[in-house]
Amino acid sequence: MTSDMNLTLKVWRQSSSKSSGQFVTYHAKAVSPDMSFLEMLDVVNEELLQKNEAPIAFESDCREGICGACSLVINGVAHGPERGTTACQLHMRHFKNGDTITVEPWRAKAFPLIKDLVVDRSAFDRIMHVGGYVSVNTGSAPDGNTLPVPKDDADWAFDAAACIGCGACVAACKNASASLFVGAKISHLRHLPQGAPERKRRAKAMVMQMDQEGFGSCTNTLECEAVCPKGISTRVIVEMNQEYMCAGG
Amino acid sequence: MQLDSKIPSGSLAEKWDTYKNEQKPINPANKRKYHVIVVGTGLAGASAAASLGELGFRVSSFCFQDSPRRAHSIAAQGGINAAKNYRNDGDSVERLFHDTIKGGDFRSREANVHRLAQMSVHIIDQCVAQGVPFAREYGGLLDNRSFGGSLVSRTFYARGQTGQQLLLGAYGALNRQIQAGTVKVYPRTEMQDLVMVDGHAKGIVVRDLVTGELTAHAADAVVLATGGYGPVFYLSTNAIGCNVTATYKAYKQGALFANPCYTQIHPTCIPQHGEHQSKLTLMSESLRNDGRVWVPKQKGDQRAPEQIAEGERDYYLERKYPSYGNLAPRDIASRAAKQVCDDGRGVGPGGLGVYLDFAEAIKRLGVDVIKARYGNLFDMYAKITGENPYQAPMRIYPAVHYTMGGLWVDYGLMSNVPGLFVLGEANFSDHGANRLGASALMQGLADGYFVLPYTIGSYLNGVKPGSARNDQPAFVHAREGVADNLNRLMSVQGKQSPDSFHRKLGKIMWDDCGMARTEASLQRALRDIPVLREEFWRDVRVTGKQDEFNPVLEKAGRVADFLEFAELLCLDALERKESCGGHFREEFQTDDGEAKRDDANFCHVSAWEFKGLGQKPVLHKEPLHFESIALATRSYK
Ligand SMILES: Cc1cc2nc3c(=O)[nH]c(=O)nc-3n(C[C@H](O)[C@H](O)[C@H](O)COP(=O)(O)OP(=O)(O)OC[C@H]3O[C@@H](n4cnc5c(N)ncnc54)[C@H](O)[C@@H]3O)c2cc1C
Ligand code: FES
Repeated sequence: MTSDMNLTLKVWRQSSSKSSGQFVTYHAKAVSPDMSFLEMLDVVNEELLQKNEAPIAFESDCREGICGACSLVINGVAHGPERGTTACQLHMRHFKNGDTITVEPWRAKAFPLIKDLVVDRSAFDRIMHVGGYVSVNTGSAPDGNTLPVPKDDADWAFDAAACIGCGACVAACKNASASLFVGAKISHLRHLPQGAPERKRRAKAMVMQMDQEGFGSCTNTLECEAVCPKGISTRVIVEMNQEYMCAGG
Repeated sequence: MQLDSKIPSGSLAEKWDTYKNEQKPINPANKRKYHVIVVGTGLAGASAAASLGELGFRVSSFCFQDSPRRAHSIAAQGGINAAKNYRNDGDSVERLFHDTIKGGDFRSREANVHRLAQMSVHIIDQCVAQGVPFAREYGGLLDNRSFGGSLVSRTFYARGQTGQQLLLGAYGALNRQIQAGTVKVYPRTEMQDLVMVDGHAKGIVVRDLVTGELTAHAADAVVLATGGYGPVFYLSTNAIGCNVTATYKAYKQGALFANPCYTQIHPTCIPQHGEHQSKLTLMSESLRNDGRVWVPKQKGDQRAPEQIAEGERDYYLERKYPSYGNLAPRDIASRAAKQVCDDGRGVGPGGLGVYLDFAEAIKRLGVDVIKARYGNLFDMYAKITGENPYQAPMRIYPAVHYTMGGLWVDYGLMSNVPGLFVLGEANFSDHGANRLGASALMQGLADGYFVLPYTIGSYLNGVKPGSARNDQPAFVHAREGVADNLNRLMSVQGKQSPDSFHRKLGKIMWDDCGMARTEASLQRALRDIPVLREEFWRDVRVTGKQDEFNPVLEKAGRVADFLEFAELLCLDALERKESCGGHFREEFQTDDGEAKRDDANFCHVSAWEFKGLGQKPVLHKEPLHFESIALATRSYK
C-alpha cells in the first residue's frame, strides 16, 4: 500500500477560443494512489470552487474507458503514460510523490478549443455522416444467421470497431492526421460482408471529408497506434489507403 | 384521472399484429410535414430518430454529450437477449416472455413484455445487417452466452463491449439520416423543460452547453429517451452525466412518474475504495457464467483467499439456489451478498466485498479461453484495483446500476400527456420490479426501431402538422421559466459545491433507501431530503456565468432536480408495503429472507401525479392482470 502523494500540476487554462491561454500551476495534496486521474482533478476543482475560482473544464462521462469523452494530454502524451488506457482509467498509483505533471488539451486545427481542456471534436461526426455505416433501413434485414462470417473476419472487424472516437490519435500525430480513426471504421466494415456493397463509396467519401475538415496527412510515424487506448493497429491505415486506391480516389 | 393502458384485444401473441393492422397509415407525402423532437441518442433515442427519419418524418435529435455516440448506452458490456433459439436449447418467445415476467417479480405489464420478446429476434437481424460485429463461432454463425435469471443461452454479445457496438450501429443509422437531411442533431444541448400547448406536448426548451443560449423548439410530438436516474444515489455504475432532469421536468408538467422506487442494485461491481470516488465500475454479469461467488464460512476470517481451503468456503449462491446457482437474478444475488457481509463474513476493506473466483474455470478451460471471453473485463479490474484477477479472485460488491421506474406509458409508449412518448430506460414499462441482465439493450432497441415508428402514427394522425410555433406564448413563458431557474442557481452564491450536495443526497439514499428499506429509514429520508434541499438553495455555489461553457452550472441544475425527485422515490418506497424484486422492505420477507410480495394489495403500477413542490403527489394505480402466467412466488432454488 503506497501512501498519499503531493503533486504539482501545470494545467492549460484558456477561457474561450477567442482568448489566449497559459499554463497555471496548482498543488494537488493528499492524492490517494487509488484515485483516477480525473478524480484527482475533481479534488483540485473542489478546492478552486472553495476559493471562488473557476474550476478547470475537462470532459468525461463514462469514466470507464469506453465513451471517448475524456481527452487530456498528460506529460506530453495523449491519455498519459499507461499504454492502452484512457485518462479516466489512469490511476494515480502510476505517479510518485513530488511529481510535476503537465495537463493540456488535444491540440489540432480540426479540433478547435472550447475552454481549458475541452475541444470540439464534431469533425469526427461529420466524417461519419458521409459514410461510416451500412445503408439498411429498419425492418428490412434477413435472419442474422443467413450470412455466416468466418470467426477470424468477425474478430478482425471487431478489433477495428473497438475505436471509441476519443481523438488521441489526432492529438498524438505531428500532422494531426485522423487516419487511424477513419481507417478503423473503413477496416471494420471492409471485413464484414455487410459492408461490401458500399466499400468504394465509403472510402472515397470519408477520406475526402477528412481532408476537408483540415486533418493532416499520415506520414507513418505510428504515434497514433502508441497512444490508442483500444490498441487499434496502423494496419487499418494501410487498409484505408488500399480501399481509397481501389475506389479510384 | 383514469389510466388507460390501451392494450389491444385478442390473445397475447396477436395483440401487436392487431394493433398494427388497426393503424391508419400516414400519407407519405404528409410525413415530412410532421416534426418530431427526440431527446436522447442512446440506443432508444438513436434508433428511434433514425427509424423515424427513414420513414420520412422531420426529426430533431438532442443530447448533452459532444457527440451522439457517447450516450451512456455505449458502456453496456455483457450482451443483448433474443429468443432466437440458435442453441436449440428450448428457447422461444414464450420462454423469454415468461423469464422476463418472473424476473420482474410479476410487476410488469404482460402485453408489453410479450411484444418485447417478439421484437427481440428482429433486433439481432437488424444489428447484424448494420455490421455490428457480434461474437461468432468457428462455423461463422452467431455465438451466445448465458445471463442471470434464465436457464437457456440467449445472450448475443460483442466481447465485453456489446453496448458500444450496438450503439455505434444505431449511431450509423442516425448519421445516414443526418446525411439524408431528415434528421438534424443538436449535441451539447440540454433539455431544460417540456412545453405544453392545450394539454399536448409540443416542444422543449434547451440550453446550448457551449454558449449558454436558451432556445425553444416546437414540434408535433416529443419523444424522451433520456435514460435512467441511477445517480440519484450519487455513486452508481452509470456515466456521471446520467440524470433525471428531462423526465422529472415532464413529471412537473403533468406526466405521471411510475414506480420510482424500483431501482436495481447490481451484484458484481468493484467495491468502493475511497471517499473521492466518482463512480463505481460494473464487472459484467456475464462473468457469473464461469466465476464462482464465495465468502469464508467463518466470521472475520482475514486470511488471503488461497489460504482458505475448499471446505472452509461458502459458495452461498450455489448453496441457496442450487438450480440457478451463480446465475441467480440480480436482486437476489445482491441481497445474498449483503446478507453474508452483514453476517461479518465479507472480505476486503471494511468487510464490504465477496469473492468472484475464476480459479476453477481457468483450470478447466485454460487461461486463453477465459482471456478470450472476458479479457477486457479482467484488464479493467486490474487497472482499477491494481490486482491481477488471473491469479487471485476478484472482490466484488453490489452497486446501484439501473432504474426500472420511469415515466408511465401506455402500450403505444405514449405517456398520459398526449404527444409525449417515452422510450428506453426512461420509461417504466417492461422490467417490473427487477430487470434481467441483457434486457435493457433489447428494450431500448425494440422501443426505438420497432415500436415507436408504428405507434407514433396513431397520435400524429389526429394532429394538424406544424400547428405549434416557438414564438407562441407557451414557448416564450417556458423559456423565461428556465432562465429564472438558472438565474436563481447562479445567484445563491453560497459556499458548497453542487457536487458536495450530490454526495450528501447519495448517502441519504444509499443508507435509507438502498438495498434494504424500512418504514423508519424511509421516514428518516423523507425528513432529511427537504432539509438538504433547503440548504442547497441557501448555500450552493455556482462559479462562472450563465452564458458560457459552465460545467458547474450544469451539475447544479441536475442536482437540484435529484433533490426533488429523491423525495418522490422514497415516498413510493414507503407506500409500497411489500417487497418485490429490487424493492426490499425488511418488514416484508419470508422466513429465509426472500422478498415477500403482497399481491392482494400491491399488484399494480404506482403512477404519481405532481401537485406542486412540498405537496403530496397523488397516486394513481394501474392494476396488473396476469392472464397467461399465474402469479406465483418466485423461486430460483
Ligand atoms: C456499466 C453498465 C453496463 C450495462 N450493461 C448492460 C448489458 O450488458 N446489457 C443490457 O441489456 N443492459 C446493460 N446496461 C443497461 C443499459 O446500458 C441501459 O439501460 C441502456 O443503455 C439505456 O439506454 P437509453 O437509450 O434508454 O438511455 P442512455 O443510453 O442513457 O441515453 C440517454 C440519452 O439521453 C440524453 N439526455 C439525457 N438527459 C438529457 C437532457 N436533459 N437533455 C438532452 N439530452 C439528454 C443523453 O445525452 C443520452 O444521449 C448497462 C448499464 C451500465 C451502467
Ligand atoms: S470518460 Fe469515458 S472514456 Fe474516459
